[in-house]
Amino acid sequence: MSKFNKKKKDMPAVNTASLPDIVFMLLFFFMVTTTMRETDLKIKPPVLPEATEVKKLKQKNLVSFIYVGKSLKDGVKGDRIQLNDKISTVKDIKNFILDKRESVSQNEVNRLITSIKADVDSEVGTIYDIKEKLRDINALKINYSATQVDRK
Amino acid sequence: MAKRDIPEINAGSMADIAFLLLIFFLVTTTMNSDTGISRKLPERQPENIDPPVLKEKNVFIVMLNRTGEILVEGDTYMTVDQIKDEAIKFLDNGGGNGKDGNPCDYCKGKKDPTSSDHPNKAIISLGSARGTDYGKYIAVQNELVAAYNELRDKASEAKYGVSFKKLKEASEESDISKSKKESLKEKIKTIKEMYPMILSEQEPVK
Repeated sequence: MSKFNKKKKDMPAVNTASLPDIVFMLLFFFMVTTTMRETDLKIKPPVLPEATEVKKLKQKNLVSFIYVGKSLKDGVKGDRIQLNDKISTVKDIKNFILDKRESVSQNEVNRLITSIKADVDSEVGTIYDIKEKLRDINALKINYSATQVDRK
Repeated sequence: MAKRDIPEINAGSMADIAFLLLIFFLVTTTMNSDTGISRKLPERQPENIDPPVLKEKNVFIVMLNRTGEILVEGDTYMTVDQIKDEAIKFLDNGGGNGKDGNPCDYCKGKKDPTSSDHPNKAIISLGSARGTDYGKYIAVQNELVAAYNELRDKASEAKYGVSFKKLKEASEESDISKSKKESLKEKIKTIKEMYPMILSEQEPVK
């Protein structure tokens, strides 16, 4: 009967010595390809318009973002503007840009770009008000944020 | 001297630590790169300055109302995908003399005397209502920018054998010599002067 005795063979444990290496590789991949989340949105995340003629913003530290979208509460009409972490009005844009100018070195000031991340359903009037405020303080380089699509 | 065996450090928890870091980065970072249509706003002019007088035939007016209808030159309704070709027709017309008094020798348009004189005189004006959807506004603007880009691409293709887009990409690369960069910049400037982007955004009406 001993022939039928099932001898339990010990399965060799899977070698996990390289697991840290694999995970580190993943970690480095994500560290390189992603950027830090800068702001928490206090408005509904804007659905960006689609465009074909887009440019990539290269130097992130030279870009100030203005978010435009609907309020988080339902039923509140009108567009909300968010600067940094606060819901703001167009009047605050001046100080927002001036703060940004202080934070970069002197010779980079004229390379600052303002990126307007606005929802497709916002009004052109709101965007125009923002642009006028930007013109007032000579922040002329703007970028209408849009997602890139290919031409059909 | 008796050698003492140094016990090996247990690396079993290394993976856990790495996972922890990995998850931290996954949560706090975003992947999306920022893209968009770059524009330059016009500088504020002194109040008492007189606006320059323009010939009506040199201005291409696109109006966008709050329901998203597009009116071109005050008389034709168009859809978004028609605008680009119409704008190219207008810009590349070359029906008269340019700013320096010479006719446009690279324009491929019809030379219609009732349309624009020269690409460096041709102005596209985009007007809208305050209540217009921003998405629509950008869609139209995208088409107008596309018209300029297409003309520049063609001009560059004819002059230098590469598209304007490629020229720009090449000039932004970091591992090229300084003299090459200069010559690329010079080419870009020439093309830009052939078709300067004069795209004016009007104050929206109520």
